[in-house]
Amino acid sequence: MIRFSHACKRYPGGYDALNQVNFHMPRGQMAFLTGHSGAGKSTLLKLIALLERASRGQVFVNGQNLAKIKRPRIPFFRRNIGIIFQDHQLLFDRTVFDNVALPLIIAGLPQRDISKRVRAALDKVGLLRKEKVYPVTLSGGEQQRVGIARAVVNKPPLLLADEPTGNLDPELSREIMHIFEDFSQVGVTVLVASHDLDLISQLPYRQLTLKGGRLVADTDPSTQEQVG
Amino acid sequence: MTAAVIGIALALPTGLHVLLQNAQQISGSWDGSAQISLFLKKSVSHRQALRLARQLRKRDEIAKVSYISREQALQEFQQQSGFGDALKALTKNPLPSVLIVQPALAHSQPEQTAVLLEQLRRDIRVDVAQLDMQWLKRLYAIMDIVRRGLLVLAGLLALTVLLVVGNTIRLAIQNRRDEIVVIKLIGGTDAFIRRPFLYTGFWYGFFGAILAFIMVYTALLLLSGPVEKLALLYHNSFELSRLDLDTTLILLISGVMLGLVGSWLAVGRHLREIEPG
Repeated sequence: MIRFSHACKRYPGGYDALNQVNFHMPRGQMAFLTGHSGAGKSTLLKLIALLERASRGQVFVNGQNLAKIKRPRIPFFRRNIGIIFQDHQLLFDRTVFDNVALPLIIAGLPQRDISKRVRAALDKVGLLRKEKVYPVTLSGGEQQRVGIARAVVNKPPLLLADEPTGNLDPELSREIMHIFEDFSQVGVTVLVASHDLDLISQLPYRQLTLKGGRLVADTDPSTQEQVG
Repeated sequence: MTAAVIGIALALPTGLHVLLQNAQQISGSWDGSAQISLFLKKSVSHRQALRLARQLRKRDEIAKVSYISREQALQEFQQQSGFGDALKALTKNPLPSVLIVQPALAHSQPEQTAVLLEQLRRDIRVDVAQLDMQWLKRLYAIMDIVRRGLLVLAGLLALTVLLVVGNTIRLAIQNRRDEIVVIKLIGGTDAFIRRPFLYTGFWYGFFGAILAFIMVYTALLLLSGPVEKLALLYHNSFELSRLDLDTTLILLISGVMLGLVGSWLAVGRHLREIEPG
């Protein structure tokens, strides 16, 4: 589903955010991306979502070489990726329902289907009864779940999450991770960037560790295989 | 606010256009009245003047000759000029007698009229022959200049409208920056983001045009009274024409188009600058 081949990202000014990153994530896998802040986690996710482009090397998503996707095609490419942000990126002048409905409106779905799928997504994250409220009145965990509902409402095959539990207490963080596990079990590829090692180590999933822009560890408890 | 500025910018050329139309209408009604006034020498008697008038009436290229005797001219002048009392003080009538020659329609081309004028001027009984066409030509020339000026003004004001709409849309884009970022993040196309701003531009242009219509309409309403009074003083029944359907339609369409184009340009310029990441 995701393949990095000698991918590098150098920002203007000469700073190397990513350096010679190689890995492959098969379809339906769930994995964590860890490392200190500044290690390149966010940059790696940005390359996958085409928020940035690799300076050198190649990134493939769903068999597509991202370097070949021209600017006008980017929106259509992003519709196949659900992205969850640490700061939620919700629109505070719209209700929870309208926030979650936005990807479907963009995709041009008919109104009837929109209501149905928004309610299904909100039900999955346990917020069905809050559809009419505004995001400001929600707690941090609830806002994050709205963000997840929005990311999954159009059933993307790939889910990216950048520090989704960054501001949450351990209890809520675990809850959020369980939601991701549920999606993973129905065949969605999930890549979660997080520095919450306590939580991650409790979960039986692959871990990609970045350090100074390099991939320094790739462990998978299910196969006990280790790649340097 | 924006709509009001657009309204004023659109109202100016529209109002001028309507006034110009009116001016054309007035001058149009005078168009056929290219007359030659023959001021006769004072030595020419009443009888000689009438004979000249008879001679002229026989000519093919002349449709009508009317004779104003010295006495008639004096009377008219006393009535209309307001110098009545002053004229009474004169012992002698200073005015010449006049023959007003109306060329036949078939001979009313400017060159033919000029030939006729030249012939009449050579007559020994004629002191001065004057073609009343001259000032009309000048008026036309002035109106041509005004019309050209109007085009330039309309162009400049159209540019103003574009800039005003563009600036308003730019501010609207900045206000909704976060929203645009989010929409881009979840796969909104530029067209999707552009659409609401185009609607905004459309309505600004539309309401601007409506406001311009109201302003011009009111201005014409205010002007029509005095204009009618003035026309009456010229023994002329003239009614100020209002905004016609064509002008109104052009006003609406150009308002809407300027709104759309202005917002299109603004969105095109500023949308690329807002990128998530």
